Amino acid sequence: MEKFTTLTSTCVPLPIENVDTDQIIPARFLKATTREGFGDNLFADWRYDKSGAPIKEFILNNPTFSGEILVAGKNFGSGSSREHAAWAIAGYGFKVVVSSFFADIFKGNALNNGVLPVVVSEGFLAEMFAAINADAAATVTVNLEEQTITNNANGKTESFDINPYKKGCMLNGFDDIDYLLSNKTLIEAWEQK
Amino acid sequence: MNTLFDKIWDAHVVTAVQDGPTQLYIDRHFCHEVTSPQAFDGLRKRGLKVFRPEKTTCSPDHNIPTLNQEKPIEDPISRFQVETLTKNATEFGVTLWGLGHKKNGIIHVVGPENGLTRPGMTIVCGDSHTSTHGAFGSIAFGIGTSEVEMVLASQCILQPKPKTMRINIEGKLGAGVTAKDLALYIISKQTTGGATGYFVEYAGEAIRSMSMEERMTVCNLSIEMGARGGMIAPDETTFEYVKGREFAPQGEEWDKALAYWKTLKSDDDAVFDREVTYNAADIQPMVTYGTNPGMGMGITENIPTLDTIDDAGKISYVKSLDYMGFQPGEKLEGKAIDYVFLGSCTNGRIEDFRVFANFVKGKKKADSVIVWLVPGSWMVEQQIREEGLDTILTEAGFQLRQPGCSACLAMNEDKVPAGKYAVSTSNRNFEGRQGPGARTILAGPLVAAAAAITGKITDPRKL
Repeated sequence: MEKFTTLTSTCVPLPIENVDTDQIIPARFLKATTREGFGDNLFADWRYDKSGAPIKEFILNNPTFSGEILVAGKNFGSGSSREHAAWAIAGYGFKVVVSSFFADIFKGNALNNGVLPVVVSEGFLAEMFAAINADAAATVTVNLEEQTITNNANGKTESFDINPYKKGCMLNGFDDIDYLLSNKTLIEAWEQK
Repeated sequence: MNTLFDKIWDAHVVTAVQDGPTQLYIDRHFCHEVTSPQAFDGLRKRGLKVFRPEKTTCSPDHNIPTLNQEKPIEDPISRFQVETLTKNATEFGVTLWGLGHKKNGIIHVVGPENGLTRPGMTIVCGDSHTSTHGAFGSIAFGIGTSEVEMVLASQCILQPKPKTMRINIEGKLGAGVTAKDLALYIISKQTTGGATGYFVEYAGEAIRSMSMEERMTVCNLSIEMGARGGMIAPDETTFEYVKGREFAPQGEEWDKALAYWKTLKSDDDAVFDREVTYNAADIQPMVTYGTNPGMGMGITENIPTLDTIDDAGKISYVKSLDYMGFQPGEKLEGKAIDYVFLGSCTNGRIEDFRVFANFVKGKKKADSVIVWLVPGSWMVEQQIREEGLDTILTEAGFQLRQPGCSACLAMNEDKVPAGKYAVSTSNRNFEGRQGPGARTILAGPLVAAAAAITGKITDPRKL
């Protein structure tokens, strides 16, 4: 996993609530047996028409907006446990997803793939959407060490929560399996109980 | 003063990571073909074996066709994914109930019916509807593929402890109201994110009087309100169901297990982080009108009007109704539909087929509707035949298909065409869930049966 420390980037706005995992990556794209290539089909049914041509109105097809931060409406990632949703977001090139609320499993999957889910207040989120819509070049800075997110358009900063263990994993690029395996004796002791 | 959840959780803690999640021991790991290949691949890359192979059971279910399962799968990518599961299970020495095996079926259906799912267990699977198994009084939840790899490698998972919530359903469900209607009612009240961060225990008279199959339907849908999982304290109904199943404990082991299982309930003075109560009498047969399971209403009601939706949600609401081709304020009862789907890990068990068959007995299928009746497993299929339900179905003009997840998420050929309406007993009505452009109306098996007879959204109580 790649290390994550701070990121300043323009944003891609998706002001839709309850974006479910079936929209992030539709089921028919789950047939791959590797983790690669999912970025091409991120939001496939919103992004391409039946003939596979890009739908002009969809935000990912709008050249005005780009960046490594996806800003989404409340309850992002609800639905399936498919980690393919996190792979699609990471594969497309997003490193941060900002929303006022995330579904549990999605949040865990994102963290396990080096994508940082940042929860902000609804007011902060609304101001982010406003800033990006007013100027697509508006940037946002996410500082993981400090656990802060700054809307550089208006200078406002909010702090966000992250589990200290997960924060350490993200900052250092560690993963959980190494940790679990280091506890093998404890696991065997539990089994003997 | 512990909750049922606390008791099972505490019994499975291997260690608490400093400032971090709990390392939880997993008793049972279920696997299917879609979310496991990258996990097995990860083990291979790290040169690891499966730590406790006897605790993992695999069954291909999402991709498999519901016709001609005897023949090779036509879609080469689906075939490759199913073959990859076979290869991985063989190489790593875990149990596989593959295509053609008499135990094959939807993983959440075959686990319970073979006695692999039992009270007091921790159960995970790379599938959000793992919450189904909570019906037995176990902690069961869906995980991502990285976590599947963790369980394969260490039989453990790292999890922050969720908050607890109790949902009480007082009184009895009315005639014509099923467990699915109860679950859709709760989700419509909670919304799809309302229980996020919580593990739910269902309690109250309506829950206690349910069969195991109905309890599984309720727990199955817990994830649709954002809950990590749902659970129901085990009782005589649970013990009766588990007893005698192939992998259930026998003899002395059974007595020992039973004595433990009887302790698995929330203490009288247990405190939940949240507690809500609903009245069973308020619930009628339900249908969904939108593109998430929280957008549900009583079948005789009207779709909410735009002025009842808050500003931040209006864009999504309008988008959702546009996709469905519905108007705010509209009534759905009497609307023509094109497809009916009975099946999935929500409603593909034997009781669902009994309910459906009893309703259609002596009636005829509507000509205008295509109906897919898909058992959740080969064992369910066999029971349907043993009980003569297939004869009732055939006489009413229906055909049974072969088991699998099928049109619940349409990873096989069973796709609802764009723009068509399907009344589905499955768990999700997301955009494109049952095929690109498909319009899904979630309902219970009785509403599905009524729709299959009339070709319209029909209140089963009125037929």
